[in-house]
Amino acid sequence: MGYELDFSVVWEHLPALLWGCLGTLGLALAGMTLAMGIGIAGVFARGSNLAWVRRLVIAFIEIIRNTPFLVQIFFLYFALPSLGLKLSPTITAIIALGLNGGAYSIEIIRGGVQSIHKGQVEAGLALGLHKGQVFRLIVLKPALRAIYPSLTGQFIMLTLTSSICTSVAAYELTSVAQRIESDTFRSFEVYFTVTLMYLAISWMLMTAFAAISRQYFNYPTR
Amino acid sequence: MHAVFGLKDFVFLLSGLKWTILLSAIAFTGGGIVGLLVAVARTAQNAWLRRAMIFYIGVFQGTPLLMQLFVVYYGLGLIGIQVPAWAAVTMAFTLNASAFLGDIWRGAIQALPRGQTEAATALGLPMISRMRDVILPQALRIAQPATVGYAVQLIKGTSLAAIVGFIEVARAGQIISNQIFAPILVFTVVGAIYFALCWPLSLYSARLEAKYAASR
Repeated sequence: MGYELDFSVVWEHLPALLWGCLGTLGLALAGMTLAMGIGIAGVFARGSNLAWVRRLVIAFIEIIRNTPFLVQIFFLYFALPSLGLKLSPTITAIIALGLNGGAYSIEIIRGGVQSIHKGQVEAGLALGLHKGQVFRLIVLKPALRAIYPSLTGQFIMLTLTSSICTSVAAYELTSVAQRIESDTFRSFEVYFTVTLMYLAISWMLMTAFAAISRQYFNYPTR
Repeated sequence: MHAVFGLKDFVFLLSGLKWTILLSAIAFTGGGIVGLLVAVARTAQNAWLRRAMIFYIGVFQGTPLLMQLFVVYYGLGLIGIQVPAWAAVTMAFTLNASAFLGDIWRGAIQALPRGQTEAATALGLPMISRMRDVILPQALRIAQPATVGYAVQLIKGTSLAAIVGFIEVARAGQIISNQIFAPILVFTVVGAIYFALCWPLSLYSARLEAKYAASR
């Protein structure tokens, strides 16, 4: 028995799939923003004078990094309503992505902050730069430059991870694909096309991140 | 309606855990063997071989694991290979692991000083022996922390097999949660099981990294 590949189904549902791509990008961007916020706040909390705050941050990082995202999103999906927070699946997914990406970002950003030597700040002040300039040009920019590859790599991972948000029916590419698949039973055609779409999304992000890097970090360091 | 999380449920979770461990172990072993070939081909003299491997690694690193699972799962049946679900899932994870491990080991091979290859060549060692006796033993040692770190990613990744209906520990958790209506409790236990599996490996990976950082 032969199976005829039929991509006309995909062609028919192309608009829905392209909207799904936008859904994925939106979900990923919102998740990245939240992850950055959690990452920066986490770095401050991680260096707190209070031991219990430091321990809490470490526990958060270890729990997130050593459990699957699928379990995390299920947990949030059921735990948030019991705290009285009735949120849509898409918002739940953004929170889950933000918490997950945030835990990884804390360690990455902390590495960047630690890469700036104290003597550089002193040298900057000695050269007559004021505090704002020292922070912006001598601390922030080189620190960002140092962590840029791992941070953007993490963001692309987050974008790919967002496909798991289909399990709580958030609006993104994979959930759109699953709906089309259950209507048409053209599983392979749909998933193969969607895989290519994800590949295009991650290549686009990579190209964009590289362009930003060339624009802002294009200066000699030694 | 007031079912409680009993011993029976815990035993069911553990039977799921058995599949999680088995799936991870097979994918890691299979992925390791294929990944070794990928790493060697990725650093080969032949430009076409290198380009093919860049593409192979790029595809697996640039698409979601869940999609890879779906494509292999439905694609195998399509080309006329009838395999049970667990075999399709295992194959998808093996391919994914081969790309990631291949890339980790590629990095380690390239991190070795060129002199190692040049000296081995000067000694007249053929390519196979150069790789097996000189390059790979050193490269795999450098790559140990990242390799163990990837094992953690792999174990967590096997939870996605739940979405295609394979009953490993995450799927077992879903089933119990639907039966006893205690999702928060059940997913806490499931999370704790994964944590117990992954955390020791993460600590081991961090220790290896500290050890190599100190020896450098």
